[in-house]
Amino acid sequence: MIGQRQNEMRTAARQVRGLGPARSGTAHFWHQRVTSAAGLPLTIAFIVIVIALVGRSHAAVVQILGSPLVAIIMLLFIVNTLYHMWLGMQEIVLDYVHEDKLKILALLGNTCFVFAVGFASAFAILKLSFGV
Amino acid sequence: MAELEASTTTGARRARPISPHLQIYRPMLTMMMSIVHRITGAALYFGMALLAWWLLAVASGPNAYANFEWFAGSIIGQIVLFGFTWALLHHLLGGIRHLIWDLLYGFEPAERELLALATIVGSVALTIVVWIVGYLAMGGPR
Repeated sequence: MIGQRQNEMRTAARQVRGLGPARSGTAHFWHQRVTSAAGLPLTIAFIVIVIALVGRSHAAVVQILGSPLVAIIMLLFIVNTLYHMWLGMQEIVLDYVHEDKLKILALLGNTCFVFAVGFASAFAILKLSFGV
Repeated sequence: MAELEASTTTGARRARPISPHLQIYRPMLTMMMSIVHRITGAALYFGMALLAWWLLAVASGPNAYANFEWFAGSIIGQIVLFGFTWALLHHLLGGIRHLIWDLLYGFEPAERELLALATIVGSVALTIVVWIVGYLAMGGPR
């Protein structure tokens, strides 16, 4: 135990490498669960909205998706789901990709994909809502 | 204890116990549902690009929307959307299962098995119900 601080959970090697908990160990888990619970009603609402829209004309879909309540529910669903899946994919990458460069690339790709899908979806809904 | 002391004092390297690998386990339902939960999560991740396409198509105009509808109505589109529906519902039910466990319920062997079974049976049943309702809704007023 030479050189190891009292109450230190990390091994000596971990301390030297500077790896280990950064006082945010449970945040990832907690955010995953919060978005999971919020996702239950939002996903059910999303499914109901999609069922209500299938087979309708373009004009009708534009009108319904652009109406305030539907648009707000869709935006909440998208933001909640994208944060949830960003956390989830990060976990998958950290579990399976161990090579540093590839890992960082995959994590960056995760963030880029989520932002691209999120902004595209949110922009489309806002455009329909504001009718521009 | 004597063994341990002997090995540490002599410094001999002993084979350390390692956690069993996946392929050693006999496939169990709870384990399969855990794996499927992750796979459906990853599939839904990429499937969300379809949602962005759909919304952008609606926002872009009738022609772009017609293109999306053509894809969604094609055989491949229908298979993808059916798969997306099942993955979404399976992940949703799997999520409920995890939330039940987070509240410290359902850890008994019989309860675990029941929850795992409910996830797979429920997801398939709900997917079929959603698609039947969807097709019925399509026949309704436009």
